Amino acid sequence: MAEAAAEIAAPARRRLPEWAVNAAIAAALLAWPLLADAAGEPWWAGLAAKAAILALAGVGLNLALGYGGMVSLGHAAFFGIGGYVAAISADAAFSGAGVLGLPGSDRMLPIWLAAMALSALVALGIGAISLRTEGVYFIMITLAFAQMIYYLAISWPAYGGEDGMPIYLRNGFPGMDTNAPLDFALVCLGALAAALLLSWRLTEARFGRALICARMNPLRLATLGMEPFPVKLAAFVISAAITGLAGALYADLNGYVSPAMLGWHTSGEIIVFVILGGTGRLFGPVAGAVLYVWLETLLGGVTVHWQMGLGLVLLGVVLFGRGGLIGLLCGARRHG
Amino acid sequence: MSAAFLIEQGLNGLQFGVMLFLMAAGLTLIFGVMGVINLAHGALYMVGAFACALVAPEAGFWAGLGAGIVAAAGLGALIELSVIRPLYARDHLDQVLATFALILIVSEGARMVSGGRPLWLDMPAALAGSVTLPGGVPYPVYRLALIGAGLGVGLLLWLLIRQTRLGIRIRAGQADREMIDALGVDIARLYTVVFALGAGLAGLAGAMVGALQSVEVGMGEPVLILAFVIIVIGGIGSIRGAFVAALLVGLTDTAGRIFLPALLALAWPPAEATAIGSALASMSIYVLMAAVLAVRPRGLFPAHG
Repeated sequence: MAEAAAEIAAPARRRLPEWAVNAAIAAALLAWPLLADAAGEPWWAGLAAKAAILALAGVGLNLALGYGGMVSLGHAAFFGIGGYVAAISADAAFSGAGVLGLPGSDRMLPIWLAAMALSALVALGIGAISLRTEGVYFIMITLAFAQMIYYLAISWPAYGGEDGMPIYLRNGFPGMDTNAPLDFALVCLGALAAALLLSWRLTEARFGRALICARMNPLRLATLGMEPFPVKLAAFVISAAITGLAGALYADLNGYVSPAMLGWHTSGEIIVFVILGGTGRLFGPVAGAVLYVWLETLLGGVTVHWQMGLGLVLLGVVLFGRGGLIGLLCGARRHG
Repeated sequence: MSAAFLIEQGLNGLQFGVMLFLMAAGLTLIFGVMGVINLAHGALYMVGAFACALVAPEAGFWAGLGAGIVAAAGLGALIELSVIRPLYARDHLDQVLATFALILIVSEGARMVSGGRPLWLDMPAALAGSVTLPGGVPYPVYRLALIGAGLGVGLLLWLLIRQTRLGIRIRAGQADREMIDALGVDIARLYTVVFALGAGLAGLAGAMVGALQSVEVGMGEPVLILAFVIIVIGGIGSIRGAFVAALLVGLTDTAGRIFLPALLALAWPPAEATAIGSALASMSIYVLMAAVLAVRPRGLFPAHG
């Protein structure tokens, strides 16, 4: 309530228009791997792919956390599920064994579909139970469900247990050589662009307005004749599917999956992308993930204790820089 | 599976549960009074263990134990004054993020101090022996001492909250912070004291457990997550709930680790049964939590009505 009032009362300071900042970020992100490739620096093109994938995970979480106000500390579950789907499918295709009667595949498109479907299905179950609670209980319960899946992954010897499992050959995409860093980065950026488009259309649509209202004032939504629960559950499921897709790509990027993808540190990091960039802003997670990857790379080049610097930057953003990077450039959000 | 074995494992579960209670009590106190989620509570536990492991070789175990409590409580007070204080009016999301940042900072600091190597802590000579349980199984005195210490601290905490002026203020702060502010209690100082108290309990738990396992960066995080599960099962803000839930979780976890592999060994080869069984045992706690919340969405002992 107080937050809503502050958003409405925020004076319209002269700041950059958000669409221009978004366009600049998009252009920079597209130019990054192209320039890196032209300069003969494939490692930097790979880093662009990583930034795009982490941004994609953040775009997923932003739908639940930023627009819907659902503080999920368990999105690592969906990120990891996506990763394991990619690895298990590739492994099944390699050995010709199949999984649960389904044939494996080493093609990205069917893997993505499966990763999103399974993440969505699990999110439907987790969300249906977790959304009965709110506030701190919601944070804790999503964390607990993610930990459950984490321990399940550790326990399953068939899929590598604690060691995780490798993907020997990066999965293929029609018309692209996914083993080339530039091509893979472009595939990742394409997926990110699609998710951003979906996120934008959803939040501009009646569904998105209802979701934002469910965050700000669920009672008002109910008096307008819309039940908040199904709206939030739908957003949670879509959010999980997008994060699951990011997980599948991340597995392909690294060439292996491990239970660490499911760990609660991963959930914390995905939240960090969203908040660093700007909660509930379309390009917030993109800006946040890019900033995170750069901080990691630059600080990591200076000192092995780069996490100390990262922690201090995060602390500074929470204490002094409300609204994240986009908020800094464009001012507080007017609504949503 | 003999009776002696069951008694031994029961004591192990009790010891685990009592240590978890020390963690969960501080966490639930901090949440109950201030409404703050402190993800860095596990880092304070680690600080307690590190301080003890660094001081004990020089000045003995008991000085190390004191150093662990003081270091954690001092760092807790510092954190409350510098980071948590501006966040009281904010939503839980900001608190999650700020305390997540604190984990990164404190862990990296501990890594700098220790050089990234695990430290080892010897238990005090007076408690290093073992006693014979009924049934003839030897059991380490140190673990029994941990159970006793944990229960003793729990009793002290209960007396503190029920019988002292500080305790009255803490309870009043939980019930209505504006009212006790209006009555002239310095609420800011009360918050610092409560945060330091919770941090000191975490430091004590860390220092005591340090003699049973290696002292290393990241040791606090599994315990932190279990402590969260406990305060959710017990009802956030309730010390009594934390006590019951901590014992429940400690015993469930230990029982799961013994019985599930044995049960699975009927169907699987022993190696796999052990691996799957211990992971399912770790899951059993979360199943317990989901089951409790399904019946009582606000935990076993809801703090406010």
